[in-house]
Amino acid sequence: MTIEQISVFLENKPGRLAEVTKIMGDAGVDLRAMSLADTADFGVLRLMVNDPEKTLELLRAAGCVVSVTPVLAVCIADKPGSLAEVLSVLADAGVSVEYSYASITRKKDNAYVIFRVDDNGRALEAFAKHGITAASAKDLFNGAE
Amino acid sequence: MNYYQEEMECATRESMRELQSNRLVENVRHVYDNVRCYRKMMDDKGVGPGDIKSVDDLPKLPLLSKDDLKEAYPYGLLAVPLADAVRIQSTSGTTGKRVVAFYTQGDIDLWEDCCARAIVAAGGGKDDVVHVCYGYGLFTGGPGLNGGSHRVGSLTLPMSSGNTDRQIQFMCDLDATILCCTPSYAAFLAETIIDQGFRGKIKLKAGIFGAEAWSEEMRRDIEARLGIKAYDIYGLTEVSGPGVSFECCEQTGMHVNEDHFIAEIIDPATGEVLPEGEQGELVFTCITKKAFPLLRYRTRDICVLSRKPCSCGRTLVKMSRLMGRTDDMLIIRGVNVFPSQIETVLLNCGLTPNYQILVDRVHHTDTFEVLVELTPEMFSDTIKEISTRENELVAAMRAMLGISPKVTLVAPRSLARSEGKAVRVVDKRKI
Repeated sequence: MTIEQISVFLENKPGRLAEVTKIMGDAGVDLRAMSLADTADFGVLRLMVNDPEKTLELLRAAGCVVSVTPVLAVCIADKPGSLAEVLSVLADAGVSVEYSYASITRKKDNAYVIFRVDDNGRALEAFAKHGITAASAKDLFNGAE
Repeated sequence: MNYYQEEMECATRESMRELQSNRLVENVRHVYDNVRCYRKMMDDKGVGPGDIKSVDDLPKLPLLSKDDLKEAYPYGLLAVPLADAVRIQSTSGTTGKRVVAFYTQGDIDLWEDCCARAIVAAGGGKDDVVHVCYGYGLFTGGPGLNGGSHRVGSLTLPMSSGNTDRQIQFMCDLDATILCCTPSYAAFLAETIIDQGFRGKIKLKAGIFGAEAWSEEMRRDIEARLGIKAYDIYGLTEVSGPGVSFECCEQTGMHVNEDHFIAEIIDPATGEVLPEGEQGELVFTCITKKAFPLLRYRTRDICVLSRKPCSCGRTLVKMSRLMGRTDDMLIIRGVNVFPSQIETVLLNCGLTPNYQILVDRVHHTDTFEVLVELTPEMFSDTIKEISTRENELVAAMRAMLGISPKVTLVAPRSLARSEGKAVRVVDKRKI
């Protein structure tokens, strides 16, 4: 199962990140994970939100350049070595990780890690073989247990 | 004091005027008889060749613009039979069509004489080794100085442009004494020579630097770094090439080779001739060239003419350093860049034509940056993909312009617009 990630183009100017997050905050968008990749001239803000469609609409209306990418989220135990385990499963299956970042969770002793890989299908197959479940958007946002 | 053609360079004002008048009358007749489009311009203005009796009648002739040249491309302004033309040179290329200029052997001879005057004025002679790293080919820089150096009898090193390490190696090994290139390349060479520890190995005494505007400050800097005297040289393909005017030991402006080219300063808005000492657009009339003899050609360069006596003994009128241009053409690292070319590339790449060109000069080298408004198609969640598209854009601009800008992506609709019109060029260079 993949989850929709929203990416936003940010010019390297003071206040741009604040502007974008405020638009979402004001509209009551729940932010579960984010990462900011930067170059000398611009940044790419990647977001996991509870309502991707509404967020896209809001940001486009505000003049932002945005895109949607299907990514994988995996729930791992909050202990040393668990991330390495997942990554070696991907590596053994010949899947490249373009980037990855972690998310907060309400589940005790667990963490979500987001993976953007070159081949989602192959990655999911490898996960299934090793008993790793890719989280759904519902898991990510309503998994408070 | 050394001159290459003293009788011309130091002629009395009266004899020069007489010579100019005779040559002008002859060349106006030649153009009228052989160039249909200029004959039509003269007819439309009600001026015949008989109305031009001396240089005082020059303002009666119609002004010729770059647009007229584009319209006449390629052969419309050729004034001699093809059998008499022996060479083509060309400008670095513009929005629509480039300008091609033609030369008879006589035209090349007089052009090379002009360059020879510049080399001698810079202290060159038979014993010198003249290192030419202007480009050779369609560009007039290399062929012009190369020919001038031959005429002087100097040993000529036809390096052409590029490969800085090889330039420095030849310069050191062959004891080059006079360097000919663009001022920005001279500054770059100076820096590299010092960085690589070759400063003690060079024998340069002078440099002849042109094809782009440069400042007095930059001159002093190059002179100090290389231990040379640095001279300015001016020219344009349409009029012949480098050597239309050149600097002497006084270094206070460039002597125009008036026995071949008559200089005027006009008000760019009205076309009226301005009195000596006033700033305006430089206009040239070729009075000796036969294959491509432009009359009253508007250079779009802004400067001032002066007839104050020069300590070098030359009586040729002096033009000041260029103070700007009347059109939107940018000269970046010696290459002509038109904003509309950037627009073409962006449209070809499927982008919106929203851009801004930023030009500055850092350490004597032009910086060239193009801000481009990002489109959703160009955006990706991975930096790698965005960079790939950015690099494709740089490559397309390089193919169009001949030089590579730094491309910076900015948010849509973020570039400054004043009254609905975009600010296309921000030139921060202080020249």
